[in-house]
Amino acid sequence: MGKTLAEKIWAEHIVRAAEGEPDLLYIDLHLIHEVTSPQAFDGLRLAQRKVRRPELTIATEDHNVPTLNIDKPIADPVSKLQVDTLRANCAEFGVRIHSLGDKDQGVVHVVGPQLGLTQPGMTIVCGDSHTSTHGAFGALAFGIGTSEVEHVLATQTLPLARPKTMAINVEGTLKTGVTSKDIILAIIAKIGTGGGQGYVIEYRGSAIRALSMESRMTVCNMSIEAGARAGLIAPDQITFDYIKGKPHAPQDFDGALAYWKTLFTDSDATFDVEVNLNADELEPFVTWGTNPGQGASLNSNVPNPADITDAEARGAAERALVYMGLEAGTPLKNIAIDTVFLGSCTNGRIEDLRAAAEVVKGKKIASTLRMLVVPGSARVRLEAEAEGLDKVFLDAGAEWRNAGCSMCLGMNPDQLAVGERSASTSNRNFEGRQGKGGRTHLVSPLVAAATALRGTLSSPADL
Amino acid sequence: MDRFIKHVGTAVPLRRSNVDTDQIIPAVYLKRVTRSGFEDGLFAAWRNDPEFVLNQAAFKNGTILVAGVDFGTGSSREHAVWALQNYGFKVVISSRFADIFRGNSLKGGLLTVIIDQADVEALWVAVEADPTTSVSVDLESRTVSYNNVVLPFAIDDYTRWRLMEGLDDIGLTFKNADSIDFFEKTRTTLKPATLPIRS
Repeated sequence: MGKTLAEKIWAEHIVRAAEGEPDLLYIDLHLIHEVTSPQAFDGLRLAQRKVRRPELTIATEDHNVPTLNIDKPIADPVSKLQVDTLRANCAEFGVRIHSLGDKDQGVVHVVGPQLGLTQPGMTIVCGDSHTSTHGAFGALAFGIGTSEVEHVLATQTLPLARPKTMAINVEGTLKTGVTSKDIILAIIAKIGTGGGQGYVIEYRGSAIRALSMESRMTVCNMSIEAGARAGLIAPDQITFDYIKGKPHAPQDFDGALAYWKTLFTDSDATFDVEVNLNADELEPFVTWGTNPGQGASLNSNVPNPADITDAEARGAAERALVYMGLEAGTPLKNIAIDTVFLGSCTNGRIEDLRAAAEVVKGKKIASTLRMLVVPGSARVRLEAEAEGLDKVFLDAGAEWRNAGCSMCLGMNPDQLAVGERSASTSNRNFEGRQGKGGRTHLVSPLVAAATALRGTLSSPADL
Repeated sequence: MDRFIKHVGTAVPLRRSNVDTDQIIPAVYLKRVTRSGFEDGLFAAWRNDPEFVLNQAAFKNGTILVAGVDFGTGSSREHAVWALQNYGFKVVISSRFADIFRGNSLKGGLLTVIIDQADVEALWVAVEADPTTSVSVDLESRTVSYNNVVLPFAIDDYTRWRLMEGLDDIGLTFKNADSIDFFEKTRTTLKPATLPIRS
């Protein structure tokens, strides 16, 4: 019987397999950042171990850095210590690092692909759950905890139980104004935040194949919000063209290409589960609740928990509406927004900025809100500035920031105030995710831009 | 890592589903570079609420957290495990855990136990009726027991053995260093390297 893509990559990386034990899997690329690595390096020092393969490891600073005044020392001494600790650890253990001010600094999942380090068929890990982003290239990529970071630093391997496989088939054609963000939000609403638990998802179908590389990254990025540690897409010409010319693209490109072209799910392979979604029917999708599965079409109303039959889901919806300060039955388009955040590893790439800029060009954002535009990396920022996108956003009244995770996670200075409501292109609408007491609606870059202009949740079609 | 064979304690009923890692410990508490002191951030948003279960005297000294479905969703932050351990929890029981959280917990010696949702509900009812109910979590026999109830739970043999012996994964992998050397020597190298910088 044939193999799925995930099974092929898994099989190629088995260092050791023994009955009754997890497989020992080789890791091709290890991305690290300041928040989940300090205790791992401490562990190495304590045991007098080295980093086994520094040349398969790369670090950047993203979660806990400011996006303003990056030429000055970090103001918060605890944050400064964490960033300084990463720099010292990288110097001590010989790991390449891209620090604030470097053109390759940025959100770790934007940096890997833009350097061409993310390639098909690889195993890629990082102490960050959105590592699933790299699956868009046909790589097996997943987030790990700090104990596992230490394990990979020390051994370049991880002991792992074999995951089950899930196919999500998205067939059809997206309507104008509907994006890959809407696809993944609709998928999570359909299968739930635990629906992918224990699985590697392969996204398939004509609607997925039609997506650009950067749109595919948005889909794979949020696999974890459906509970799946990894999500991937078979590489094709779109993938190969994207990698070509990147700084770390293979020198023997044709040799690599011959291998990459073997990376697909065999026609006689079977998945443990298959899920189908019709792209023709999709509309711009936004979340109304406090987990990424609590979403609905922008054209609908805040749901009434009383209509939900499952008691657990009903209770969760009731709590979510209280936290979000929303009334059942309110049209989602009537919800007034205080802050629009455009950025993150989900939607902070150049295509996202271009799409949003196209909407706000020559217009002014609503006087009732602020808009933060945060490029995913310093390189994306430079590219956007070369195209004049910074001016488009600034002229519209938005803020143009430096690269970082910024308001995605409420850790650095960019945060919502208590009760403040955002339309955010990021990935999590958990309670307090963007700052204590903050209320988050997850949206696509197009919806973010249209919302910024109208002041309430909107799509470009409403302008 | 300490060996885990059996833990007997009292339980804390957390009647919520989808308790994500940002609820377990918000990002602002992740700035420390040590493994200790994270109890301050545990359930930070709820700790000022007198109604919150950990603020009720009867449940203050519980060591077994009994949570709703999909506990630990979201971020890969192992700080979530450390915060629970730093606070004093030894076991978390739920009907489903997020993958990364469960992996982190079992690496660090916080036992996560999966039982059916109906059994979780019954356990909630029992400990709410009598917070002093003694709950025993026995990894050797793979059972949770309280009052006259005995609930078997599944955990793979390898993880169970590793926890009962108190072994850490890195030490175990080093025993297979020859396999790693062999793999590195024999595979084709079409993969990129981060060093030296070519750009």
